[in-house]
Amino acid sequence: MERTHPIAKQLTFGEKSLSAIFFALAIATAYIAINAYSSAYAFHASLFSLGSIGAVIAIFLRYRARDAAPAPLMIDGRPNYNYGPIKFASLAALFWGVAGFVVGLYLALELAYPALNLDLPWINFGRLRPLHTSAVIFAFGGNVLLATSFYVMQRTSRARIAGDLAPWFVMLGYNFFILIAGTGYLLGVTRGHEYAEPEWYAILWLVVVWVIYLLVYLFTLARRAEPHIYVANWFYLSFIVTVAVLVLGNNVEIPVSVFSPKSVIVWAGVQDAMIQWWYGHNAVGFFLTAGFLGIMYYFIPKRTGRPIYSYRLSIVHFWALIFLYIWAGPHHLHYTALPDWAQTLGMVFSVVLWMPSWGGMINGLMTLSGAWDKLRTDPVLRMLVVSVAFYGMSTFEGPLMSVKAVNSLSHYTDWGIGHVHSGSLGWVGFVSFGALYCLIPWVYNRRLYSLKLVNWHFWISTIGIVFYISSMWVAGIMQGLMWRAYTPQGFLEYSFVETTEALHPEYVIRAIGGGLFVIGALIMVYNIWRTLASPAVEPARDVAVSPIPAE
Amino acid sequence: MSDDTFDKGQAKPGKVRIDPLSGVPTTGHEWDGIEELNTPLPRWWVWTFWVTIVWGIGYTIVYPAWPTLSGGTQGLFAWNSRTQVAADVADLQTTRGPVLEKIAAAPLEKIESDPELLAAARMVGKVAFATNCASCHGAGGQGAKGYANLNDDDWIWGGKLSDIKQTIEHGVRWESDKETRSSTMPAFGRDGVLTAQQISIVADHVRTYAETPDSDAPTPEGEKLYAENCASCHGAEGKGNPEMGAPALYDQIWLYGSDKATVVSRIRNGGGAVMPAWKGKLDDTTIKALAVYVHSLGGGQ
Repeated sequence: MERTHPIAKQLTFGEKSLSAIFFALAIATAYIAINAYSSAYAFHASLFSLGSIGAVIAIFLRYRARDAAPAPLMIDGRPNYNYGPIKFASLAALFWGVAGFVVGLYLALELAYPALNLDLPWINFGRLRPLHTSAVIFAFGGNVLLATSFYVMQRTSRARIAGDLAPWFVMLGYNFFILIAGTGYLLGVTRGHEYAEPEWYAILWLVVVWVIYLLVYLFTLARRAEPHIYVANWFYLSFIVTVAVLVLGNNVEIPVSVFSPKSVIVWAGVQDAMIQWWYGHNAVGFFLTAGFLGIMYYFIPKRTGRPIYSYRLSIVHFWALIFLYIWAGPHHLHYTALPDWAQTLGMVFSVVLWMPSWGGMINGLMTLSGAWDKLRTDPVLRMLVVSVAFYGMSTFEGPLMSVKAVNSLSHYTDWGIGHVHSGSLGWVGFVSFGALYCLIPWVYNRRLYSLKLVNWHFWISTIGIVFYISSMWVAGIMQGLMWRAYTPQGFLEYSFVETTEALHPEYVIRAIGGGLFVIGALIMVYNIWRTLASPAVEPARDVAVSPIPAE
Repeated sequence: MSDDTFDKGQAKPGKVRIDPLSGVPTTGHEWDGIEELNTPLPRWWVWTFWVTIVWGIGYTIVYPAWPTLSGGTQGLFAWNSRTQVAADVADLQTTRGPVLEKIAAAPLEKIESDPELLAAARMVGKVAFATNCASCHGAGGQGAKGYANLNDDDWIWGGKLSDIKQTIEHGVRWESDKETRSSTMPAFGRDGVLTAQQISIVADHVRTYAETPDSDAPTPEGEKLYAENCASCHGAEGKGNPEMGAPALYDQIWLYGSDKATVVSRIRNGGGAVMPAWKGKLDDTTIKALAVYVHSLGGGQ
């Protein structure tokens, strides 16, 4: 083939085929929108159609603006990292985070003051609740995972991310999934499975996005200039692979029609419940734990400048964790129609999981040995470290609550809500905040606007979490004890209404705690906004040139 | 990546260094400036892990645990949650037995005259009320708009013990129960019996019986309309009739509200509140206790 300078600009195979696919999708979904059985589904099909047209236009505009040659993998012997999709996902994480926290706060207020649902169907507790959980777990958490994983995979491989359009497809496609899922809840489109509410068409789209995500990850690792794969990448990979398996397993369903948002799952009765909690518990195990341990394994050593405490521990606890987690789901179904043998196994695997979980905590905390003094001066590091402490606390509380005797008291009470939030606000929230405070200045070449504000964020949010989880402990244990309280003659001491009334003060305190957490997040948004508005600086932490050339 | 590169990585001993702070050697790997120490597994961690594993194996031997082709292992003591629940329920029946037997044996009318029996029935009734009735009638039986207050002297379907028991057993306008209390007020407006103006007049008139603060003086026209349309059920001057479930209109107790708009709406649309039949859902002794409890709330006749 002849090479002339400059190279004639041509549409790549990816640009051509992706535009063609999106063009076809735009037409197909427009047809579905016209024939849809419900207005909510017509709205979603229209969003798909408009989104596809937008994608074709974006590909074309990007083609017009780009250089003729593809982006080089290396510049002056240094990897030419691709930070664009990372920037997008970090800011999307902030946006969804604040949105999800605010919805959570509103739900807390609705529980304390039910009149706040204003008798509107769209904001009643049943519809807002999945919006909150999905926004914080999948939208906020998911974007943090996407942003950090794309960063960590490139940096620890010393290679530019694989694919040209693919990383952007993953970012935008994932956020489009969030949009479909979230608006669906408010319009009443739901499968009614906890943490797995999106209907079949949203899941179908998610699966496509997720497969591309996995391929991008694998191809980037394949072009790495390092002999070994860093531990953070094992965790990210286990997260990506397992989430794919979980989502597929819990969505074996038959759509009523291509023109209907409704589908029917093939699992029936207790099998459905078992699959649901196999999925549900491993959404915690692999989305909220393995993925975020990947973040911990990069950002804590990076921020402290200390080596990882123990390589052996990282191997042993990684394999133990991913082997054990997948069996623990049945502890969500203690004392139900689930066979006793499955309940026993769910409990036993959960208890054995205790030490593998703590392996991650030990490696996180002990990496600070020799650098503990930095906690005094660096609130970002403090956030990361406190997140690991919350992780340790939650992963002790979890096995404890999975023990049947404890579970008979704690199950269905607010103790569960408290447990989930010590994990999600304390661990997932703080490790995400800490990582974003590092990541955003790094990818934008900015100096973080104010460490003082990070300090304020840290303390306000920490106090908020303490309010939240301690009020829920009190509420949950009180509720559990009231439910099981009998008079000496063998009659129930309290009615359900009385237990609900008794929870009111705790619900108010919980809302105050949630409010403080929201304030902390808003301080962060201001801090990041000022950071991005400040002038760019020279990359503060330039990479050493790769000593080992790629093969 | 091929094994080749893996070997290359292993073959770089030069990068292994002793970490000066901990005195522990690194593994010799490095990624983006991150190194790893070769610290052995913490002993306490390993031991605790083993303890949980051994405990876990032991637990799965004692309790039903491992799936087999035809179910699962039974455990050493053949414990299972079904027999456990059955035993717990039987225990509870034994505990409750003496109290329930006493209530079951006593005739309904006699319970209140025996302080010990009354206390027992009130105890059982209170729990049953809180669990089954409080969601509509309020935790203290205070009622709400459209749900009768059970503390006052105004009884729509009668306040005698037997009346209350009948209402609990068969409900009100509960279609699936043949003996339910069923008389229903006609929809005078919707069905075209009275004109809007007539409804307004008779509403004004009805409100004079109770002397609501903003009511006018009785009118002959209102008197006539009331006599022709309402008196057959609600009685002269709104005295009410529990036989028909027609509430008294002369007192200050209003099921839906005493303002004119509400009264007009009730006359126009008719109908009435629904209460489920509890016979079959609650056992006879519990219903008996509930009747006594409700009767003793303050307004029983």
